[in-house]
Amino acid sequence: MADADDPPEHGAHEAGAAASDEAVGEPAAVAADDDVPGQEGGEFGFPERLWRSVADHRPPGVPSTRAFRSPLRGPWLTSVFGFLLLISLPLVALTGLLDWIAYGPRLHQSIPGDVGFLHLPLFDWPTRPAWLFQLTEGLHVTLGLVLVPVVLAKLWSVMPKLFVWPPLRSVADLLERLSLVMIVGGIVFEMATGILNIQYDYLFGFNFYTAHYFGAWVFMTGFVVHVALKFPTMVRSLRSRSLLGVLRTPVADTEPEAPDADGLVPTDPAPPTLSRRGALALVGGGSLLVAVLTVGQSIGGVAREAALLIPRGRSYGDGPNDFQVNKTAAAASIEPSATGSSWRLTLSGGATEVTFDRPTLMAMRQHTVDLPIACVEGWSTTQRWTGVRLADLAREAGVPRPAKGHVQSLEGGGGFSEAWLQGNQVLDPDALLALCVNGVDLSPDHGYPARVIVPALPGVHCTKWVRSIEFVA
Amino acid sequence: MGATTDRARRRYGAHPLHLLTLLASFALVGYVVSLLGVHSLWNDRVWWQSIIVWFLGAIVLHDLVLFPFYALADRSLGAGWRAVTGRAPRVTPAVSPRNYLRIPAMASGLLLLLFFPGIIQQGSASYERATGLTQAPYLGRWLLLTGAFFAISAIAYAARTYQTRRHRAATEPAGPPAQPVEGSDPAEPGAPVGESAW
Repeated sequence: MADADDPPEHGAHEAGAAASDEAVGEPAAVAADDDVPGQEGGEFGFPERLWRSVADHRPPGVPSTRAFRSPLRGPWLTSVFGFLLLISLPLVALTGLLDWIAYGPRLHQSIPGDVGFLHLPLFDWPTRPAWLFQLTEGLHVTLGLVLVPVVLAKLWSVMPKLFVWPPLRSVADLLERLSLVMIVGGIVFEMATGILNIQYDYLFGFNFYTAHYFGAWVFMTGFVVHVALKFPTMVRSLRSRSLLGVLRTPVADTEPEAPDADGLVPTDPAPPTLSRRGALALVGGGSLLVAVLTVGQSIGGVAREAALLIPRGRSYGDGPNDFQVNKTAAAASIEPSATGSSWRLTLSGGATEVTFDRPTLMAMRQHTVDLPIACVEGWSTTQRWTGVRLADLAREAGVPRPAKGHVQSLEGGGGFSEAWLQGNQVLDPDALLALCVNGVDLSPDHGYPARVIVPALPGVHCTKWVRSIEFVA
Repeated sequence: MGATTDRARRRYGAHPLHLLTLLASFALVGYVVSLLGVHSLWNDRVWWQSIIVWFLGAIVLHDLVLFPFYALADRSLGAGWRAVTGRAPRVTPAVSPRNYLRIPAMASGLLLLLFFPGIIQQGSASYERATGLTQAPYLGRWLLLTGAFFAISAIAYAARTYQTRRHRAATEPAGPPAQPVEGSDPAEPGAPVGESAW
């Protein structure tokens, strides 16, 4: 798909591929010729003198658009990638916005906290279906990763525009170029921060949630503008060529598209080394490869073994507690002495505080349920949890119909050492203070002596090493 | 469209709706930044860990680093191959190896781009705190996958070469070969393969 196909009779220096190559290889006079197709558009807006002067002062080192020689580039191919992103990126955005709500903005738990009007209509995150957060977050992360090859292909397809000279002929051009900063900067920023975050690599140093959320709004703004401005071009370009025809055309018969006003179609095309269908297959194959290597972290089972390169494809062993750990007991500074026989669960919110030791909790009515635990990194795992219903504990505390609950961990401080639960999350019959998993006691890394597990609740709010629960009427 | 709109259009460079759309979008981005707080865009202590540096750096990194790098790599692949084969026309293969080198390299590169933190063991402390494991396996796994991509490509290339040669042998006129067959490559036809081989 690359630009680089020189027929053997050309010297590589003449063809000029990557940006920097050009100035060395081509005489200045030839480079200046390249501007002709751009200038045919001819007109400059107000102030004309300024734009003309920009056009006349091409800085040395700006590569000629002639360096871009791939015969595949053109409005049709760009529009195919654009169309794919037009239907898929809104889904990534929507699932991301939903996950912000899953964190509980009404309980002031969403990050970032103050987002003004920039959120979906608020609602209490439901507990049904139990796999809701698994679905939204899994879709967000998996689709985001799967779209990386499509985004790269889209950017590759429009690269010549970056080097068109003059870059601007009017105020309209200037504003439109500025708006491209939102969409290009936005998508690469969102993908880069997301990719690092799911691998626990916090190289960026700033708060991931805040940057990713506000970055998404900048991107979405640029995206909407870009669609508004380019939709007619996309439709026209898609109609310029039949997909079926493209799928039937081999390399040998692959011709460049008709010259276009945007300068995507090369003026000096190299012979094709790949057909258009080959290019589409290449991008699709890249996406498929990424899908195979990531979807296992969300759906589990055998597929998890195929998730070879991401954190949540790892196996911990075959034991009942050998499933994905999110923050070890050591990392949370949980002292073994605090979780031993002296451990007590404190329930408050009623007339008096009540405390329970673990044998007492074990003697209470137990409930067993299969529930997924799903995290912001897009991974999830479904396990069989056994414990006391949170609703029963609320009754023990003397608050049978709580509006919310506040769970605190033995973990001192730290990001998620406490969590608020909505009323529906406390009262769901499958919402538990889990004591056991897969028939045995929880391991220290999974929250021994007791942890919260609630259907569809983000994993970080399923507090581990629970110390106390306050029920608020 | 009225004459006024026409004149506005010429001076501005696009339909007035273009201007309105863009102004609305800039205002919205301004609102986003105001919510975030301008001060939050910049990190006084470590400048490169600033949101604004990452946002604008993302464009620079893609357009002026990643793209030139892969375009140059691809160009070098072609130039390098010609340098190797230019003076030795006899090794010119029946099928261009270009895509059989490109595609596995792209697959491997894509995985490195997405999963480099594990592969180069970056962020190992936070990784271990979160998972209780180390990143040790990833480099080996990536190398194995890369090896598998090239191996699959080699098999596909061998099959394609075999197919092409058989096809040529069947379509060429019968009779003794133009030149005596040399060495261990009896299937290589004497006819020049031509420039299309790369």
